Amino acid sequence: MSLLDGFEEFVGRGTLDELRLLGGHLKGRRVVTVNSTAVGGGVAEILNRLVPLSHELGVDMRWDVIKGGEDFFAVTKRIHNALHGKAETFTAHDRAVFRETTQRNLGQMDLDADIIFIHDPQPAGLVEARAAGRGRWVWRCHIDVSAPQADVWEFLAGYVSRYDASVFSAPQFSQDLDRPEVMIAPSIDPLSDKNRELTESEIDAVFERLKIPRDKPIVTQVSRFDRLKDPVGVIAAFRLAQKYNECRLVLAGGGAADDPEGSEVLRAVHEAANGDPDIHVLELPPTANVEINALQRGSSVILQKSLKEGFGLTVSEALWKAKPVIAGAVGGIPLQVTHKYSGILTHTIEGTGFWIKQLLNAPEFGRRLGENGREHVRTNFLLTRHLRDYLLLFLFLEHRDERVIRVS
Amino acid sequence: MAEHLNHPAQPFHFMSGLDLTLLTNRRACDLAELLEHLRVVPGSVIYYHTHHFLVQHQYLSPEPPNDFAYWVTNVLQEDRLGEQLAAIDLIQFRTIRALREHLIAVIETYLDERRQLRVAPDGEEFHFRESVSFIVPTNHVARDLTEFADCVERIGFGSLSFHFFSARLRLERGEDDFSEWCRSLGEHALAKAIARLDPYTYTMDGLRKEVVRLVRRRLREMGT
Repeated sequence: MSLLDGFEEFVGRGTLDELRLLGGHLKGRRVVTVNSTAVGGGVAEILNRLVPLSHELGVDMRWDVIKGGEDFFAVTKRIHNALHGKAETFTAHDRAVFRETTQRNLGQMDLDADIIFIHDPQPAGLVEARAAGRGRWVWRCHIDVSAPQADVWEFLAGYVSRYDASVFSAPQFSQDLDRPEVMIAPSIDPLSDKNRELTESEIDAVFERLKIPRDKPIVTQVSRFDRLKDPVGVIAAFRLAQKYNECRLVLAGGGAADDPEGSEVLRAVHEAANGDPDIHVLELPPTANVEINALQRGSSVILQKSLKEGFGLTVSEALWKAKPVIAGAVGGIPLQVTHKYSGILTHTIEGTGFWIKQLLNAPEFGRRLGENGREHVRTNFLLTRHLRDYLLLFLFLEHRDERVIRVS
Repeated sequence: MAEHLNHPAQPFHFMSGLDLTLLTNRRACDLAELLEHLRVVPGSVIYYHTHHFLVQHQYLSPEPPNDFAYWVTNVLQEDRLGEQLAAIDLIQFRTIRALREHLIAVIETYLDERRQLRVAPDGEEFHFRESVSFIVPTNHVARDLTEFADCVERIGFGSLSFHFFSARLRLERGEDDFSEWCRSLGEHALAKAIARLDPYTYTMDGLRKEVVRLVRRRLREMGT
């Protein structure tokens, strides 16, 4: 069976036929896609699946990874934070580190292709290799750039404005770039360990292994220990509900050990939890996909109380499991949740606490939210839609001034 | 005239219409700004905001397939205008131009009666987007009504949306392609029944089932 056929049970034969049609029109196109990491993180997770699926459709997609030292990734981490709107110092030295690493990579990478598809700020400088008339360049931004720090965006825009097109995940991230800006939301893979169906005994086994009793309804947030995910706010909201409801809170995250900021946030989380036996703080390795899947499936309510989000795919993951979700109305989250129809959008700790209580006490309403959410994800946030949008983007690069394009 | 219909009873070649979304970096905080942009944005922007709901929220029927109504009602909380925008009968319009003029007229009339404008909260502005529509030939071909019903059961939503919405409004063919083809077969009653459907009030799957039901009913009448 082909990889693509595995999706038929979720999206139907018609959708797969459309993908094959588009693939037929792009047969033999050479695409090189570059990001900053081969494992870990949402981009690598998606590329791991998109590359073989593209091959199956006849598109010759090659995946390469930019290399850099600690100093480079410290700079790009600050760039990332500053683009999200967090105040950072960005010095002449930082710029020099970025440029040097870009130059080193340019000397080592083969960017000869019909389409050069670059993800996020780290490899954005590779556009220096752009030669007149050869290959179309696309910059794919996975970050919330709705209110970036001006000097950092200005530096990056010097590169981004040289691409043929940019791709953003949500409408409010749009920039004044004078080149086409395409909106493509990311996606989840329904066949991956993180999202596939699990049996009750598989779910039980994970809860047992993680020592979380299933004696009370469980409220869960799966997120890095990062201030922008507001884990301390989650505990405060949980406490408001806990006054009236028997329930447990699971905060499951990872990546704290090698991230100084993460360790600090984790410390604050433990402090806020204050040894409460109903609050479970889990540090999971990046490979804990089945565990995350089971935690989401075993929960009554899922939270994503973010203060900022690139997109917030954990929301789609939870909705795909037909769970009621309470999420911050930021970044790409409102694209995934329509308030009181396919989930709950909140702006405050108090609002989040209120809705935790409501959903725990009205499980039938929560079930309807979850079911609507799952259908919304099926149509808009599965990998097949993502792949279709990328194929359309590749075709669009050959017709950038047209708005009705006949493909024959 | 659709290209597949330049000869009566020619086979029906199903096309697929697939849309890519562009961002425009245009945003509106209140009704005056919404109106200002509506006057000047390309037709592909109007098409996006009145049609993407149909494919992206197809399970939501009978939610109005119109972003303007949604924003005015849920963000600006101007319920009366929201309701008027939601009730715009899209099937009545044969061109995007006419649809745009009507949207503008409805908002202008409402604004004439009001001095105070409500402002969208931070982060809830209206962001204008644009459709790039791709028309792709599929491998599905029908030579008679039986094959036609079989094909409609199998085609993707992109095909349904192309033949019902894009062909009629974006390519200004005046009516949906299915009715036109049925008429070319001499099936006038069936053509009329399909043309009578208001496709904006169905989910894509509901629309597919309704077309198949009408065609199969006709086949039974014919004894095939």
